[in-house]
Amino acid sequence: MTATMNGTPRKDVPAEPLLAVDDLVVEYPAKGWRRPPFRVLKGVSITIGAGETLGLVGESGSGKTTLGRAVLGLAPVASGTVHYAGKVISGLGAKERRALSSDIQVVFQDPYTSLNPAMTVNDILSEPLRVAGTPRAEAEKRVRDLLDQVRLPADAGERLPREFSGGQRQRIAIARALSRDPRVIVCDEPVSALDLSTQARVLDLFVEIQERTGVAYLFVTHDLSVVRHISHRVAVMRGGEIVETGDAATVTTTPQHPYTKRLLLAAPVPDPARQAERRAERQRLAAAMAADARTNTPAIASTSGDRA
Amino acid sequence: MIVFLVRRIAAGLVLVLVIATTTFALMGLTGSDPVRQIVGQTATRQQVTAKSAELGLDQPFVVRYGHWLADAVHGNLGSSWFSGESVTTSLENKLPVTLSIVLAALLLSAVLSTVLGVAAAVRRGALDQVVQLLAVLGFAVPSFLVALVFAVVIGVDLGWLPATGYVPFADSASGWLKSITLPALSLSVGAIAATAQQVRGSMVDVLRADYVRTLRSRGISERSLLFRHALRNAAPAALTVLALQFIGLVGGAVVVEKVFGLNGIGSEATSAGSQGDTPVVMGVVVVMVALVVVVNILMDLAYGWLNPKVRVG
Amino acid sequence: MTLPQSEETAVTPAVAAHGRAGLLRRLLRNPVAVTCLVLLALISLASLCAPLLTSQDPAHTSLTESLAPMSGKHPLGGDGVGRDVLARLLYGGRTSLLGALLAVAVAVVIGVPAGLVAGYYRKWFDAVSSWVSNLLMAVPAIIVLLVVMSAVGQNTYLAMAVFGVLMSPGVFRLIRASVISVREELYVDAARVSGLSDARIIRRHILPVVQAPTIIQAAQMLGLGIVIQSGLEFLGLGSATQASWGSMLNDAFANIYNKPELMVWPGVALAVTVAAFGLLGNALRDALDGTATRGRKPRGTTPRKPVAVKHSAPPEATDALLALEGLTVSYPTAEGEKTVVEGVSLTVRRGEVLGLVGESGSGKSQTAFAVLGLLPPEASVSTRQLVFDGTELGNLGRAEMNRYRGRRIAYVPQEPMSNLDPSFRIGAQLVEPVRRHLKLSGAEAKAKTLALLERVGIADPERVFNSYPHQISGGMAQRVLIAGAVSCEPDLLIADEPTTALDVTVQAEVLDLIRSLQRERNMGVILVTHDFGVVADICDRVTVMQTGTVVESAPVRELFAGPRHPYTRMLLASTLEDAEPRSPLSRIVPASIAGVTDPAVITNSVHQEGPA
Repeated sequence: MTATMNGTPRKDVPAEPLLAVDDLVVEYPAKGWRRPPFRVLKGVSITIGAGETLGLVGESGSGKTTLGRAVLGLAPVASGTVHYAGKVISGLGAKERRALSSDIQVVFQDPYTSLNPAMTVNDILSEPLRVAGTPRAEAEKRVRDLLDQVRLPADAGERLPREFSGGQRQRIAIARALSRDPRVIVCDEPVSALDLSTQARVLDLFVEIQERTGVAYLFVTHDLSVVRHISHRVAVMRGGEIVETGDAATVTTTPQHPYTKRLLLAAPVPDPARQAERRAERQRLAAAMAADARTNTPAIASTSGDRA
Repeated sequence: MIVFLVRRIAAGLVLVLVIATTTFALMGLTGSDPVRQIVGQTATRQQVTAKSAELGLDQPFVVRYGHWLADAVHGNLGSSWFSGESVTTSLENKLPVTLSIVLAALLLSAVLSTVLGVAAAVRRGALDQVVQLLAVLGFAVPSFLVALVFAVVIGVDLGWLPATGYVPFADSASGWLKSITLPALSLSVGAIAATAQQVRGSMVDVLRADYVRTLRSRGISERSLLFRHALRNAAPAALTVLALQFIGLVGGAVVVEKVFGLNGIGSEATSAGSQGDTPVVMGVVVVMVALVVVVNILMDLAYGWLNPKVRVG
Repeated sequence: MTLPQSEETAVTPAVAAHGRAGLLRRLLRNPVAVTCLVLLALISLASLCAPLLTSQDPAHTSLTESLAPMSGKHPLGGDGVGRDVLARLLYGGRTSLLGALLAVAVAVVIGVPAGLVAGYYRKWFDAVSSWVSNLLMAVPAIIVLLVVMSAVGQNTYLAMAVFGVLMSPGVFRLIRASVISVREELYVDAARVSGLSDARIIRRHILPVVQAPTIIQAAQMLGLGIVIQSGLEFLGLGSATQASWGSMLNDAFANIYNKPELMVWPGVALAVTVAAFGLLGNALRDALDGTATRGRKPRGTTPRKPVAVKHSAPPEATDALLALEGLTVSYPTAEGEKTVVEGVSLTVRRGEVLGLVGESGSGKSQTAFAVLGLLPPEASVSTRQLVFDGTELGNLGRAEMNRYRGRRIAYVPQEPMSNLDPSFRIGAQLVEPVRRHLKLSGAEAKAKTLALLERVGIADPERVFNSYPHQISGGMAQRVLIAGAVSCEPDLLIADEPTTALDVTVQAEVLDLIRSLQRERNMGVILVTHDFGVVADICDRVTVMQTGTVVESAPVRELFAGPRHPYTRMLLASTLEDAEPRSPLSRIVPASIAGVTDPAVITNSVHQEGPA
């Protein structure tokens, strides 16, 4: 792999972002006739610089996954644009979109359904290469290199996905994303299905790969602690809109927006004493907000969407 | 619910219309010459032309279809080219026979498949094996073969039940029941097998569902769990299969009627079909498809009643 | 930066064979399938070689040999018009098999492409083809064939081709449904992102999936084709000159009083052939299911037995609400008995919240279900003691256990939506146990339930009471389930990951609710979780489990302040809260301690998936 970007990525946003989403609106057609379409993203703007991780955090129904899919060209864009390296990539035809596959890649949440169960790991990893016209011998060599990069033994290639654990499968998915040296990887909750200790090792791998290759991540997750750990910058989504963007440390420790505050206080910390304080503060804030809501009505609604 | 019903009825009418049109077109394009068959090989040209004009066959196809449709909407399905008998009257006489055996078979299928399927799902073991075996037999042995065996063994050798003939319900209720038992039973074997298999499968799935475990954690009785909760949730899938099986029952009636010498719509279809008697064939097709449509709408209603996701938003 | 060589990166030796080859091998291991294949091969061969096996002409009639008995000339006798029964049987096989093959070929040629296009592209083609398919399925096949034969002429093969068209909706629907479900798999999205064209995605990812179900369907359609064809011939529709099993039955029917045994030969041939196709289809399906479930099975690795450490002395058994000792749970698997819980002991006091913590495969949920007596029947469970409030529960029958379940020991599940009966209104589900346990009247039970719904924070209890589960949100459903659990004022509440499926803000509210109900009613609670934040929030004491055994039990503050067991330390070190952002975590996680051989294949929902 030709590692060009080394060193820690900069915290200030580069003048020309690698990926820029501008006022993006995504609508899905509603079921039934002549019903208005369902608007999932209501004018979202984000930027990601080369080698940077943008953490996208939100609860279910916030539209965070849809934003990732829109960047990948998998969601219907109603208006707004996605720029990549200065070119508009939203609304491209199928053929032009396919040409982007070497630049923008994906790692999905569910390591069980994101790998074709009937294909060997070799086939899974070489598929993107063969599509790009890489000769067989060269592709085979590249696959071995990829397995090594994600710390799987070379003989893993002969096996089927079902022979691997969740963490291992996620490594295979990461290897597939890396196969054509992309510059952006959309990571859709890539560690949410994993056990705690496995999650830690997969997060390490993400950081290591980024530092070595300079790839940028759009890291979608519902877990504030994961986002804090992996991101340079964080965007908080709610109801199809971005409510707060900023430096990772700032947003995840001293948030400005009331919703981010609520989100932060709701996440329990693994320390009984600190958690007791956090709970007390959350309940105080909730009471204050409830009182607020009673006096001036158009405050923030109390219950948000559930994940189920 | 009303909207749903209206839409289903409209769809059913469209189906009947499409099938009627297709059948009429097929019969109209027939290579053989029906008039020649009616008047016989020795008839003169004049006789043929006269008969042709009498039946309206000298008119263009579209005109003939238009006439037929206009009459059919008013309940007049024309009269047989061969016997001259009114198709509507003849079907009115024969419908009770077919309806008796088909609906009895449907009822038998519904009841027996539920009993067998639930028992197999709950007891497993030997009973389960029996149901599986029955499913294979029901699939492998066509209803007319079952009918033949029943007719020979139960009807003729043992003489327990009549092997041929139909007794109208109005004449004798017990005679009617006896006369339709063997036909309905042989007709339903396949449907029982297929539906019991489905009932068993969905019961096994439902009994493994999370909510059954949660209901069990609340200490409710096993009987309520099985018959109130599990069966209710397994029923829609079974009903779908039963609805499909019913279409097969209607077709199977054609063959079974022949074996038991029943003068129903099925035997009418066979004779009219082999003669090329267009008005009778049209009448039979319309009535049979209408029967399927009506029963399917009833099943859809039952499905909606069983499945709240269909019923309420 | 170096990552430790962990179990994560080490691959255990392959056990499963490659997909399709494995399927064939499994099929050939099934004696039923082999028998069917042999039978079908023999029948095909016999009808193929008919001229070699008999010198008789199947169409040659001879009035002198009408209903002739078995003889050297006619091994199976003669039929009603003196034709040789054996010859007709052999040549009839040709008609049946060829006709059925033709029908299936037509059905597949129409159904597969239409299903692929409709399922993959949807839009107008899907709408139109689905409409046509529903139309075709609503017509009794034999009626259509009657019409076609009377219109076009009595040609068996033509009729079978038309029957193929009538069967094509079955293939179409099957293919369409599989394509739609595959299309929504993430690996198809991943392929698209990898730059594969639609044609390539269909060829590489979709066709392989629909292959097997199509073969199964084809086997069954072959049987169906033979049945329909013989039905038509039995009715006397079909070419008069061609021998067939159906026309043999027709002849037998005509002579049913003179020589009923004429029915036997064609009847048996028909039934055996169709049954063989049907059973073969079933065997194929079983073989396919086998390969599908295989991946879920854990490998036969023996988990290392971690040694438990204890902090303070275990609570006195006398004030224990629940005392569980030496619980072992195992499941039968292909590789022998698989133990998922071994020698687990724990104690819960009245008014205490015990956290049962571990990663997937630790056996924490299995332990909880064992206390409730809700493990699947195939599980074998043994305990030294399972004493609840002075009563040994271990040897209670189902009816006796039902007096405790729901009444004194209650359960809150993990997934709110799948744990409500979809066919019943919320109210009906909540009222049923209340009426049963507390012997309340309908009106009293309803009033109590409405009050409960309000107590668990549901703003509009009357509306929720009358709603079906699919009409409420996940957070609301979890409140309903908690209301259901506490409805009979239980002494012990067992909550299995009650907030894992919820958003973090809803989780906080639900934990608040459980805490306040627990204090209000002085319940003992066992809270199963993998989240140390949840443990810190609500638990008084913690029991940590690893691969089926307890490694450490301690009061909550003690555990967080000084975890003794290396596994506990490893777990706590994996939490991200206090880690320096973007710093390696695994360095402080000596994975060798983890001892979890394959965490992902042993999911913690063993119950739903049968023996893990």
